[in-house]
Amino acid sequence: MTGKIVAVHGNLVIAETDTRVVQNSVGYCVRQDGVRLLSEVVRVRGRLADLQVFEETRGLRVGDTVEFRSEMLSVVLGPGLLGQIYDGLQNPLPKLAEQVGFFLQPGTYIHGLLPDKKWTFTPEIGVGAKVERGDVLGSVPEGIFKHQIMVPFGWQGSFTVERVAAAGDYTIEDEIAVLKDEAGQSRSVKMQQDWPVKLPLNVSRRRLMPTEALTTRVRIIDSMFPIVRGGTYCIPGPFGAGKTVLQQITSRHAEIDIVIVAACGERAGEVVETLREFPQLIDPRTGRSLMERTIIICNTSAMPVAAREASVYTAATLAEYYRQMGLDVLLLADSTSRWAQAMRELSGRLEEIPGEEAFPAYLESRIAAFYERAGAIELRNGKVGTLTIGGTVSPAGGNFEEPVTQGTLKVVGAFHGLSRARSDARRYPAIDPLDSWSKYAGIIESSKVSRVRSMLARGNEVRQMMTVVGEEGTSTEDFTVALKADFFDNCYLQQNAYDEVDGATPAERQKFVFDKILEVLDLDFGFEDKSTARQTMVRGSDLFRNWNYAASDSDEYRQLLERIDRFIATKGREE
Amino acid sequence: MRKYYDDISRIAGNVVTVKAGGVGYDDLAVLTSDRGESLAQVIRLEGRQVSLQVFAGTQGVANNDRVRFLHKPMQVPFSDALLGRVFDGSGRPRDGRGPVEATPVDLGSPAVNPVKRRMPDKMVQTGIPMIDIFNSLVESQKLPIFSVAGEPYNELLARVGLQANADIIILGGMGLRHDDYLKFRDTFEQGGVLGRAIMFIHTAADPVVECLLVPDLCLAVGEQFALQGKTVLVLLTDMTAFSDALKEIAIVMEQIPSNRGYPGDLYTQLARRYEKAVDFDGAGSMTVLACVTMPGDDVTHPVPDNTGYITEGQFYLRNGRIEPFGSLSRLKQQVNGKTRDDHRSIMDACIQLYALCRESREKRDMGFEMSDWDKKLLAYGALFEEKIMDLSVNIPLFEALDRCWAILAECFDPAETGIRRATIEKHWPKPLS
Repeated sequence: MTGKIVAVHGNLVIAETDTRVVQNSVGYCVRQDGVRLLSEVVRVRGRLADLQVFEETRGLRVGDTVEFRSEMLSVVLGPGLLGQIYDGLQNPLPKLAEQVGFFLQPGTYIHGLLPDKKWTFTPEIGVGAKVERGDVLGSVPEGIFKHQIMVPFGWQGSFTVERVAAAGDYTIEDEIAVLKDEAGQSRSVKMQQDWPVKLPLNVSRRRLMPTEALTTRVRIIDSMFPIVRGGTYCIPGPFGAGKTVLQQITSRHAEIDIVIVAACGERAGEVVETLREFPQLIDPRTGRSLMERTIIICNTSAMPVAAREASVYTAATLAEYYRQMGLDVLLLADSTSRWAQAMRELSGRLEEIPGEEAFPAYLESRIAAFYERAGAIELRNGKVGTLTIGGTVSPAGGNFEEPVTQGTLKVVGAFHGLSRARSDARRYPAIDPLDSWSKYAGIIESSKVSRVRSMLARGNEVRQMMTVVGEEGTSTEDFTVALKADFFDNCYLQQNAYDEVDGATPAERQKFVFDKILEVLDLDFGFEDKSTARQTMVRGSDLFRNWNYAASDSDEYRQLLERIDRFIATKGREE
Repeated sequence: MRKYYDDISRIAGNVVTVKAGGVGYDDLAVLTSDRGESLAQVIRLEGRQVSLQVFAGTQGVANNDRVRFLHKPMQVPFSDALLGRVFDGSGRPRDGRGPVEATPVDLGSPAVNPVKRRMPDKMVQTGIPMIDIFNSLVESQKLPIFSVAGEPYNELLARVGLQANADIIILGGMGLRHDDYLKFRDTFEQGGVLGRAIMFIHTAADPVVECLLVPDLCLAVGEQFALQGKTVLVLLTDMTAFSDALKEIAIVMEQIPSNRGYPGDLYTQLARRYEKAVDFDGAGSMTVLACVTMPGDDVTHPVPDNTGYITEGQFYLRNGRIEPFGSLSRLKQQVNGKTRDDHRSIMDACIQLYALCRESREKRDMGFEMSDWDKKLLAYGALFEEKIMDLSVNIPLFEALDRCWAILAECFDPAETGIRRATIEKHWPKPLS
């Protein structure tokens, strides 16, 4: 099945062909020097097939050959995914570096798993059992997880187990089971299987309502704008407001089984940080390296644009695969705007009628479909697996009224909007406590949260008023409200990501500190004048901030807590 | 045998469309017209129609002028002989000396494999406290200077270039005024770095397409030096001129504009250049410092906006000072934890207090009564601006940190600074109660 190139424009190639062409199937553009460039069919018009090429098209000529395949763009699933660093098309980058050196060479593709590695297989099903797609046949240990080997997800109908491999060591290429379908045909199962990235992978009894809070150890998220396992959230923000840092912190501290980091069209340096640091960092929950629970998909901004578009789907597919094992998976996509821009570039080359800001008309439905891949599902064996998706959005000019942000806000369950004003004032994480929202329930009772939120809003009003009437025109009561709002902001919402203790607050400590702070907020200080009020609150903030820095159960922690209690008991007169 | 094509079907803007076959995408061609020879690059193939972007522009090109294809992409000769030389946007010598004979390297090499990058961890000391303390520049960082047209951004760029102690300095000038180019050359000469500098200069008078090649030339050469293990500093000015050249070509090619006429792939085009900044694992590094002028001082303009999303921070140059708000070095955390234990505390405290000072100033300007706290902040703000923010301040990092402590101690009680107690105890320059 081949065709001939008739036009090249950027990463769009138009080929003429007489053979069967499948929409979204894979094609290869063959350069004069024999290098085959991976492409995807994105449009078919009569005898013309339009392909987006996942590499630079430099050197392609009119008349060059295009090979068409029938399969869609797929990833390989199986043991050995964890700890890997892939590009957007699942090429392991460390292996590429070994083969071709400093630079990525177009046309070099490597198997995404380790074909030679032996895995210790334990069968978990007997001969004669009836199985369907997604059912567990056995397992291999993969780091800290039991990696389940399942009936390929693409197989329809029910099967009878004819043979299962005995316990022992096998590679992903070895046959580990033979299944007989309803027509009596035998099919061989290996540990690896393929799945097309653009189709959601979800083999389950039903979707569940996501309810279980996902602790990220970022106080403002967990306490004020919580996320849940199986939920979705987005972090829009102007550049420099800390989107990526927030995602990096989440990828480290989130209390979840597996984290998939999709660096989509962002800076390479940030990925390097993750991939150099993670192997050294120990996950306190498991005592093992963080890398063992992480997969990094990295298609940075200098890498070809079309692969950027594919990379978020690659990441989602790998995440869904682990969800099928009943695990809790978190997918962090940074940034979905770059993905949307990749769609826009292609749409422009296809000369489609543009929508708002030249984004294609199907932008919103694509965004919605992507976030819908998240969710909590009940598997056929009764286990529950979840996939949480958190995406950053990089709105042009930091203006949230743009198509990508708006399209995302419609479909997510929580919105952590970062504000330039907060990041300029070094109030990190720069999540705006007044604009952000979450539809989920978190670790703090919602009545307490709404009390604090209304206090923050009131504090903001007083501040606004004060810019007009001045401090002298504000009553001491109102002034105290503003001070209390600032106090809560300083001592609870702000967190120093680079401090070992303050950088990650476990749920229990958050609840305790939150209640302690509420005690202060509820106090009727009865200040005589504004300067006493300010001095007292400054001292209070100082106590709480140092308390945040003190390791739980250290002497310093206990001493500060005693002083805080005295501060509360004496309404701030003593500590 | 040389093969010529002379069936030109379209001449528009700087783009010429010629009927030809067997041409590779991105290949280079030579267009010969009455005005002489010009290089051109293939930017679109459609059947036998080949669209070429002509470097020297299309003024005076006739529809039967001759095109010859070189069957190779744009290249630049690379050797140590480049040092001390000046070239134009097509790589031709601009200093009256002969061309450099050396092995050519392709422009626009593929992306660096992220696993072959190191974590940047070497601080570049500039002697400017607003950079060293608050937004440390790090080797291999890509950082723009955002400013409006009248600001001394080229001077700042040159000063960093001189003080940064790089092995190789490469200057890329785009749409540069001729006297600015001369000023750069003089500064480099006086600073004694001309011998390790290379300049690719496109002035405002040169054809606009050549402007597009300047960053690629600089970065291709810089990358080769970095691969040899050298520390390379690339200075680009002004990237807004580059983006405008991109816009011009895109409009001629009838691309659908996305935002204020700029093409939808502006982000990708800029990122491909800026991302060349690299610290190779096992070789040298390349740092990129670029000027981006903001039309109308508007940071939401597509060029500064897209740039900000690509680069690792930005310096705002406003009223001759590097603004503490908005300015950011994303890599500072990699280095400022290893300088001195109080570096980060000072960095945060000084800026937070300065932000409060600005609020107090606003209040004062609106005629409100100043509380004692406001007065403290105002005093602090004035001192901070004079002794730290002023661009003429040129002191090493530790001295600058000590100066910050002195200012804080002069203006505030320890608890008011928001600095944690342990750090205060160690560094507060006055006796503690």
